[in-house]
Formats: sequence, C-alpha cells, structure tokens
Amino acid sequence: MTQARCFHCETDIPEGFVIEARVDERSHAVCCYGCQAAAEFIAGAGLTQFYRHREPMAGAILRPPEAKFSMYENEDVRQQYVTVDDSGIAEATLYIGDLYCPACIWLVDQVVSDLIGVHGVSANPASRRIIVSWAHDEQTLVDILRAIAVVGFKPEPIIPGQAKASEQADYRSAIKRLLIAGVFGMQAMMFAIGLYAGDYYGIGAGQEQLLRVASLLVSLPILLYSAKPFFRAALFSVRHHRLGMDITVSLALLIAFVASAINTALGQGAVYFDSIAMFVFLLCVTRFLEMRARHNADDRAAALASMLPAAVTRLSQDGAPELVAVAKLRSSDLLMLNSGDVIAVDGAIKQGCLVVDESMLTGESGAVVRDVGDGIFAGTRVLEGEAVIEATTIGSGTQLGEIARLIEKAQDDRLAALSLSDRFASAFVMIVLFVSLAALVAWWQIDAERALPVLLSILIVACPCALALAMPTALASAAAMLSRHGLLLVRSRLLEHFRPGATIVFDKTGTLTNGRPELTSTQLSESCEYSVRQCLEIAAAIERDSEHVLARAFAPFNCASVATDESPVTHLGQGVSASVDGVQYKLGKREFVVSSDDDCADLQSTQGKTQVFLSKGQKLLAQFSISDSLRADVEPLMNELRREGIRPVIASGDNRLAVQSVATKLGIDEWHHDQTPQDKLALLKQLKQQSDVVLMVGDGINDAPVLSVADASIAIANGTPLARSTADGILLGQSLLPLYVLSRVSGRTRRVIKQSLLWAVSYNVVAISLAAFGWVTPWMAAIGMSTSSLIVVGNALRISGQSLSHVVTADLPVPAEAYQ
Amino acid sequence: MSILYLLIPLGLILVTVFVAAFFWAARNGQFDDLESPAMSIVLDDDTKPRGASRR
Repeated sequence: MTQARCFHCETDIPEGFVIEARVDERSHAVCCYGCQAAAEFIAGAGLTQFYRHREPMAGAILRPPEAKFSMYENEDVRQQYVTVDDSGIAEATLYIGDLYCPACIWLVDQVVSDLIGVHGVSANPASRRIIVSWAHDEQTLVDILRAIAVVGFKPEPIIPGQAKASEQADYRSAIKRLLIAGVFGMQAMMFAIGLYAGDYYGIGAGQEQLLRVASLLVSLPILLYSAKPFFRAALFSVRHHRLGMDITVSLALLIAFVASAINTALGQGAVYFDSIAMFVFLLCVTRFLEMRARHNADDRAAALASMLPAAVTRLSQDGAPELVAVAKLRSSDLLMLNSGDVIAVDGAIKQGCLVVDESMLTGESGAVVRDVGDGIFAGTRVLEGEAVIEATTIGSGTQLGEIARLIEKAQDDRLAALSLSDRFASAFVMIVLFVSLAALVAWWQIDAERALPVLLSILIVACPCALALAMPTALASAAAMLSRHGLLLVRSRLLEHFRPGATIVFDKTGTLTNGRPELTSTQLSESCEYSVRQCLEIAAAIERDSEHVLARAFAPFNCASVATDESPVTHLGQGVSASVDGVQYKLGKREFVVSSDDDCADLQSTQGKTQVFLSKGQKLLAQFSISDSLRADVEPLMNELRREGIRPVIASGDNRLAVQSVATKLGIDEWHHDQTPQDKLALLKQLKQQSDVVLMVGDGINDAPVLSVADASIAIANGTPLARSTADGILLGQSLLPLYVLSRVSGRTRRVIKQSLLWAVSYNVVAISLAAFGWVTPWMAAIGMSTSSLIVVGNALRISGQSLSHVVTADLPVPAEAYQ
Repeated sequence: MSILYLLIPLGLILVTVFVAAFFWAARNGQFDDLESPAMSIVLDDDTKPRGASRR
C-alpha cells in the first residue's frame, strides 16, 4: 500500500494524521502544519504554478525548517553579512542549500521580491546562492530570512568565500570564450562557404584573397582568446613532462593556423580557418559543461562556516553575558550554552551539565551526557541542559577544522591521475607526427611541389577532434541524463568507477534511513478517552520547544490551539511534565510516566524503535513508537546492485542492534557498527585491497574524510554541506533509487566512449593513409574532420536519448524483471 | 561582386560591436543564471495579484 504524500514537501504523511491545505479551490493532504502554512501562503500569493512546474525530486526538501533567525537581529552579527552602501541600499548573500530546481529558485525570487523595500534578487543556481538588495531602512535581514523559511527553504547568510568568487570569475570568462568562439567562428565558416563555392564555380583572385584574409582576421580572436586555456595547459604539461589532450589540441590548432596563414600570405592554396573555429567552439562547449558540473559542488569554506552558529553568548570579564559573533571569539573565552545551541568551539565544561548530540562527528544517533571537566566539540548540538564552557580551540584548530583539512588533502591527491583518453591521445599524436614526417620526406623525393599540401592534409585530417570530443561529450550527456533522474553529477570519476566488481559502502543514519525520528505508530490504552490526534497534539505541545532528538517526531502535530499552560519541566534523561488546559501530563520513559505496570501490556519492543509514553495523572494514555525509517526503495535498490555485480556494505556509527536490524532487512552480509571516522577510514582501506573499486554513499561530516578517500563518493542532498562539497555526485530527493539509474547510465557511457574512441581510431587510420598517398583534397579533409566530430557528438547523445523514466518512479518499487 | 570589399569589413566591424556588447553583459552578471529565466517565462503570470505577500 502506498502511503499518501504531502502535497507540499512530498514526504510520507504519518498514519492517522489528516490535515489539509486549500490550494486553488481544492483541498490537498499535507504532512504537518508547517507545510500547510507554506502551501496556503503560496496559494495566497498567487504562486501556485510552482507546484505544476517544480521538478519531481524538489519537493522532498521543502519541509519548513525549525530554524530561528533571531541572532541576526544583533548588530554585530548582522554586520558581518550585510553591506550597506552610501545610498542606503543593503546587500547580503544567502546560501540556500536546497535550491536545486529552477521552479524553486523562481519561488524564492517571487517571495523575496514581493517584500517591501526589496530592490533585487539575483540567483546563481550552480552555487545555490542568492544576492538580495534592499532599502536599509525599509526592511530587515531577519524578515527576509523568515519570509524564505515560510515556504520551506533554509536560508543562511554567508560571507562569500574566496573559492566561489573565483568560480564565478571562471564561469564568466568561460562564457566569454564561448561567445567569441561561436560568433567569430560563424564568420569564419561563412567565408569558408564562399571559398568552397569558389573552388567549384570559379572566383576572382581578388575576392578569394579577401575571403582568406577575412577568415584569418576572425580566427585571431578565437585562437588568442578562446583557445588560450588549451595553450596554457599544453605548456604546463610540457613543462611537467606529461602528455595530455591539451598538447594534441594545441598542436593541431597551431599547425592548421600557421599553414593557413602561410597560404594566405602566398595568396594561393587552401585555408582551414573554419575547421579551427569549429574545433575550438566544440571544445569550449564541452569544457563549459564540465565546469558547470564541477561548480555544483558546495563551497567548502562556506560549508564549514555553516556548521557553526553565527553568534554565541560570551561571559565578559565581570560575568555579564553578551552576544558575540563567532568570528570574534578567542581561546579561553567563557561561553554560555543552552539547549538548542550549536557549539561553536572545542572546549571543556566548567560549570553545569549538558546532553549533547554528537552525531555529526561520531555518527552515533544517541545523545551523550557531558559533565564538568568533559570536553565538547564544535559543530555538535546541545539537546538539554545549561552550562558554562571554556573554549580551548577555535576556528580551524577544532576537530571540525581538522576534518576539513583531511578532506582538502585527500582531494588534492585524487586530482593527479590522468584519464584514459588523455594517454591515448598523446600516443596518437606521436604516431601522427611520425607518419607526417615520413610522408613529407617521401613526397619531397617524388614530387617536391606536392610535399607541403600533402603534409597539410595529413595533419588536418588527423585532427584529434573526435578523440578530444569523445569523452567530454559522453560525460556531458550522461550528466544531463542523471540530473533528470535525481542525481547531480559533479565529477566524471563517478561514472568510470560505478561498475560491476565495485563495492559500495553505505552509511546508515541519514543515508539508508531518513535521519529523522518519525512516529511510526500510536497505541492508545483502553482507558484513554482521547483520540489519537488529540494525544499527538498534547504530546506535540509538550515537546514544542524541546531540542531533544525524539521531540522532533512530534513536530508535525503541533497545533496552535493546544499549548502548555507554562513551560514544561524537563527531568533530565527521563521525560517531561507539563500541564495543558489545567490538566497535568507526563511524557517520556515508561518508568517516569506511570509508577506501576498495571496498565495495558507493552507492544513488543522492536529493535531500533523507541517507545515514548503519555500519561495523565497516573493513568497511561498512549504509547508512541518512534524510529528512523528506511528510505523508500532501498530494498529493491540493494537487489539491483547485487544483480549488477556491485557489493553493498554498511558502515555506521550506530550501535550493533540498530545496524544489524537494517542489514538483515536489506540482506546485506557485511555490516559494521560503532564506527568512528577513523574506523571507517581503516575499513575503506581494507576494502580497497579486496575489491578494485570502492564507492561511498554518505551524508554527515563524520563521513566527509571517508568520502574523499573512496574511489568515488555520493552525498545526500539533505546531508551536511561539507559532505556535499567533497562528493562526486549528489542525490537529490528522498529516494536512493537514482543509484540504479547511475549504474545503467555508467554502463551506457562506457560503451559509448569505447565506440567513439574506436571510431576515432579507425577513421584516423583510414584518413591518414589516404592523405599520405595524396588522395585527399582540402575540402575532403575539412568535411572529414567535421563529420567525424559530429558522429562522436551524436553518439554521445544516445546516452541521454533512451528514456529510463519507466524505471524510476519513486512511489512504487519496480520489480526486478521490469528492468529488462 | 566588388561590393564585397565594402560589406565584409563592415560586417566585421558590426560583429566586433556585438561581441563587445556580449562581453559587457557577461561582466554584468547577465549570464550567471541560465536556468531560471527560462522557467520565469512559463511561471510568471501577468494577472497574478502583486504585493499579495507584502509585509
């Protein structure tokens, strides 16, 4: 039975929970009051086209966040992110991690532009940032953030990091190069048609020369500007004694240009400026697409910064608390922490006691108690308690900073390897040069006048266009195909390595499971006089402001009309008591909630499920089962992976029982529990010895160093920005099924690349032989080059041509047989 | 066909002007977002009540 999905955020609606939002005269079921508010806001603002046009995977991330923006009301904090110019226009850059689909960008644009005083919203889809400018005295940063949060996104003000600024500069110059190559290339090709027509019909010598000179002139900007990166890279390779595609490309371009220039100067012979232009243009396009894919990765510096809070409460010399920007902290500062705070530094507790969620560092899904003298770490969250801590390390010296450095180092090591086609191309260029020289010498003996034209035609016809284009076009096509199915391809290495014989390591919490405690069932005791919904609303009211991990399971049932009379009283580790409408309730562990066992028998305690009880007075009212549910379609995915010859393994920081239950359910033989980041790293190294390729799928920052050591890695979109910034691919949406599409697409891509390379080689062998014997005329050479390039490009398009959408319907697991 | 001697240089000058305009647009950030403008055409509705969410 398929569970109903929320109209707004498309996640499963908890059983027995029925609320609706009115949109466009119809009622739609939603999963929580937040989504109801968001949907009705969108309807009220007249933006409902959003629902019709957004991408199928995009909804999954639209759950209105529980974020609070009050810290941005503080002047010190705000001033880090907002710049105000002389005319009173304020500007800030907001990072919205979930902004993957154009309709979402449109929605945010509409919502923000509608606010009073906002002048402009400029979005950058690749880096998922928007720059908002507004009149400083008419609008505030906090209100803008809140407006975005209402429709379900999580905006974060950031200080634009260096990396992304230079990425933008790279992007803009890539566009300019593309423009030059395209526009001037069109001119060159236009003139070339004149020349070819002239060859056939006859043309006056003066006009022929005019066309030649004009072609030369338009080729100059192409070579000097658009092709500059190729020349630069070629020089770099030569200096480092490495052979690569850039050398091949640069040689071809130079030789063709020089030969054509000579012929222009001589006023006779063939010119090949149009071929040069076309080649440069096609190369610019493919490299541009590759670069865009790379830019989809998150900015590592911003990702790190977003793991820490913007401001903390510091105790000054005389003990008075003051709100201070995190950037201004110094070690040995005394900080005050409360429940809900994210810890900004590594430090030790001086006074008080805390219950901390360290799952982002250790992967453990439980909470740990820290007492006086215990250490606490930057990036972790305080669930309960209050304490004064002394900072020991700040900034990049923290554990968090250490992890970031590990990632950085691993990334650099990976970029060194040279790809298959590069090595192929360099061998090829050597052969071509050799053959050309041999032909030159031979023809010089036979008929010196024909020697140069023959040499030229060999070099032109041998142009490595097909070779140079084979891989990039295939990868661009594959990336387009994958993004249609919910997987953002950041680095091509992912395609090369996702193949039979690989081992794929999954993290459990947040990757195989949804990472959120969810209410799976509610059981009322016999004597309970309330309905399921009423019990849930009472529980939600009690847990409304609690930061406890389990409290979030009740968040969807929050109802404004049901509220506690005063603040609930927390009994550390046991539960919470509060009164609602004058009646006292208790919510928590069974021993806390009722003093005796005389009420209804327990549900059998299924492994991995937590039981939370609600009582009124001493009477048990209800029993809630909370667990972290598996993502949709994980079971069929495991079957498919095994069929493809890919072995799944689980490595999790969670305890033995929890991991075992998931592994048995999925039929996975190898699983590891209680893994620290170091353990996972060691496991990965061990697996690399057993299997040729090891892939990793994860979400948290405890996975981040591992993600960079694996041969290829995939991060979950909802995961931490740090994980996303290192991964080679990002899974959008709530399902892992796109991994199946990945295995199909990588198979196709490998086949297509092989075919393209095979074609390039055979074409070259035949064409060079013909040219060496002097049977290839200039126009034949030019056509040969173009056709072979087009064939390669066309072949690459086959990757995205055949639809796979019958396979990936996230609602229904498709039986294995249907995949044939 | 001697008009070509005039037209081709003229054409080249025009091309240069256009390329300069494109360069300006690129520097101005007009090419930064290539996806959402396509969606905007479809999504933007002239009869939408503007200012509905003003606060």
